[in-house]
Amino acid sequence: MSSRKSLSGDFFITGDVACAEGAISAGCRFFAGYPITPATEIAERMSERQPEIGGTYIQMEDEIASMNAILGASWAGVKAMTATSGPGFSLMMENLGLGVMLETPCVLVNVQRAGPSTGLPTLAGQGDMMQARWGSHGHYSIIALCPDSPQEMYQLAIKAFDLSEKYRTPVLIMADEVVGHMSEKVTIPPPEEIKTLPRRKPAVPPEKYLPYVPDADLVPPMANAGEGYHFHVTGLTHDERGYPLMTAEAQDKLIRRLVNKIDKNQDDIIMLKEDWLDDAEVVVCSYGISARIGKFAVERARAEGIKAGMLRLITAWPFPENRIRQLSKKVKAFIVPEINCGQIALEVERCSSGRASTILVPHMGGGVHQPHTIIEAIRKALK
Amino acid sequence: MTQEYSAGRYYPGELLREDRMPHIWCPGCGMGSILHGFLNGLHQSGLPLDKVAIVSGIGCAGRVAGYVKLDSFHTTHGRAIPFATGLKLANPELKVIVFSGDGDLVSIGGNHFIHAARRNMDLTVILVNNFTYGMTGGQFGPTTPLDARTATSRYGSYEPTFNVPNLAEASGAVYIARWTALHLRQMEQSFTEALHKKGFSLVEVISPCPTLYGRMNRQPRGLDQMKYYQQNSIIQHGADTRTVGIELNGKITVGKFIDIERPAYTDIKTRVYEKAFAPKPAAPAKTTAEASSK
Ligand code: SF4
Repeated sequence: MSSRKSLSGDFFITGDVACAEGAISAGCRFFAGYPITPATEIAERMSERQPEIGGTYIQMEDEIASMNAILGASWAGVKAMTATSGPGFSLMMENLGLGVMLETPCVLVNVQRAGPSTGLPTLAGQGDMMQARWGSHGHYSIIALCPDSPQEMYQLAIKAFDLSEKYRTPVLIMADEVVGHMSEKVTIPPPEEIKTLPRRKPAVPPEKYLPYVPDADLVPPMANAGEGYHFHVTGLTHDERGYPLMTAEAQDKLIRRLVNKIDKNQDDIIMLKEDWLDDAEVVVCSYGISARIGKFAVERARAEGIKAGMLRLITAWPFPENRIRQLSKKVKAFIVPEINCGQIALEVERCSSGRASTILVPHMGGGVHQPHTIIEAIRKALK
Repeated sequence: MTQEYSAGRYYPGELLREDRMPHIWCPGCGMGSILHGFLNGLHQSGLPLDKVAIVSGIGCAGRVAGYVKLDSFHTTHGRAIPFATGLKLANPELKVIVFSGDGDLVSIGGNHFIHAARRNMDLTVILVNNFTYGMTGGQFGPTTPLDARTATSRYGSYEPTFNVPNLAEASGAVYIARWTALHLRQMEQSFTEALHKKGFSLVEVISPCPTLYGRMNRQPRGLDQMKYYQQNSIIQHGADTRTVGIELNGKITVGKFIDIERPAYTDIKTRVYEKAFAPKPAAPAKTTAEASSK
């Protein structure tokens, strides 16, 4: 039975609200945020729901503070999330890096609008995809998921928390204004059917615990504050004790592990949705709202007898290099519609290494692609 | 696990990460005395150490988190307070201490400082004020007295200065004390009091930086600055915080300035939620007239 404590059933809600509900289903009990269009509705929903379920909502003084507050909350052992859009995402970048360096599970939602700067606050963009990958300074790897519907906003919020706990890393949900604001049917399963991953706890007593000794999959177990471990963690380059160590060797060891724990586990992390790829000669590769329009274009092309296929990136980062490489050996072209001047298209082009051509269908933001722009690109690719 | 409280001094192995010694602070720096004073104050507070966490930002004072044997977080420049806020709210059992410097807390982190005080967030903030950015080589900052020479104010600083206790009071802090690195016993007492105060408590400690600030302002040895404190500190409990600003080579008013009661953030929030979620009284039965008018 559905109650305010644990909703279940079918709802007609926006992507933003679905995202908040997904986080709650995943066990998120701490939300820190700052109002920003078009992500505000996530904060609003959380401010209403967290008190009902014994969680915390705090409205911080800015996005820098919001990002730090969720890191602090995570270290207290609570699943924590923030949500923002372009300008706030920029402000969060430094401390996203702190989350990466301290290996802190948490979820950051970016409901993308068109930028740069204040840009088009109420209208769609997908211009933060490279910022999601490289926005904080230094070199690291990150996980970013791209929902294409309110239902997927719900599901990927749960998935994002699972991945963040499994790999001890901040996970990004890179939504867009259209998916955030559209209302559709969202099915929320009963709580007993929702399985989530718990935190990976140390198996040794406090006196033996070293915060950064990894398990075989390169991820270290995590003690929370207040459990008697008396651990130290720092944003400085550190050794397995968590102590600062200012040497190139320590840097080499740490950064390789931080990158590899994501990159070497990419088969486990990456999620793709593939349609009609078996005989495809041209593949539309896209994500978020652009992928929905891309799929419509592929259906039209198929109706014309064109062998078109669809590859939707549910995971944008780590980038599905291997799959693009494989496909590039058998298809003629990738068509990449995205609401920017070419960001994910650069990755597709890199991975196909000239074996297949990459055709960008850009949109500068403020709306979504007209399907015919993609269909024309498909037709042209086969000429 | 609750640890036994015994009055007196802490022993270093209990609270210091001895495997991290020697520390990075310069000879004559005030940080060593202040850390020592803090650990005594913490020991005397009797707080269970498993439930005490410490968060630092970046800078010379920000290194404290790395030397204290508690759950300790060395975060980013200016952001210790919001990190600590998340930690505290997610586990209210924790006593969360922010230990950092003037540049970290009232320059880059100034916005967080005033908002945490406004909320009366249950945090104890220890602000070591050495009038300069030490870690980067001694540039002027918002606490540098007018006319003081620094690496970026070679001809004397010309920026008006923050009066930290006054800033904290105006923002809403419920406990504010200031001492210098010389006032070891008083500082310890204030640390203990601040740790037991519910809400936003602040202890500012004026500290020598002989290597940079002192060298450029005719106090090149730690001892010179300690002598300056000795000759110029005026203990004035309850002083009007508007009068405690610090001028170059001027008097330093120290003491406990503010110790008031004001509901802490979580108290107010709990009150609001309790009211909102209280079971609604049953609606009075409808009269026949009302019922039949439908
Ligand atoms: S630079 Fe100044 S504040 Fe920093 S450790 Fe040296 S003396 Fe202390």
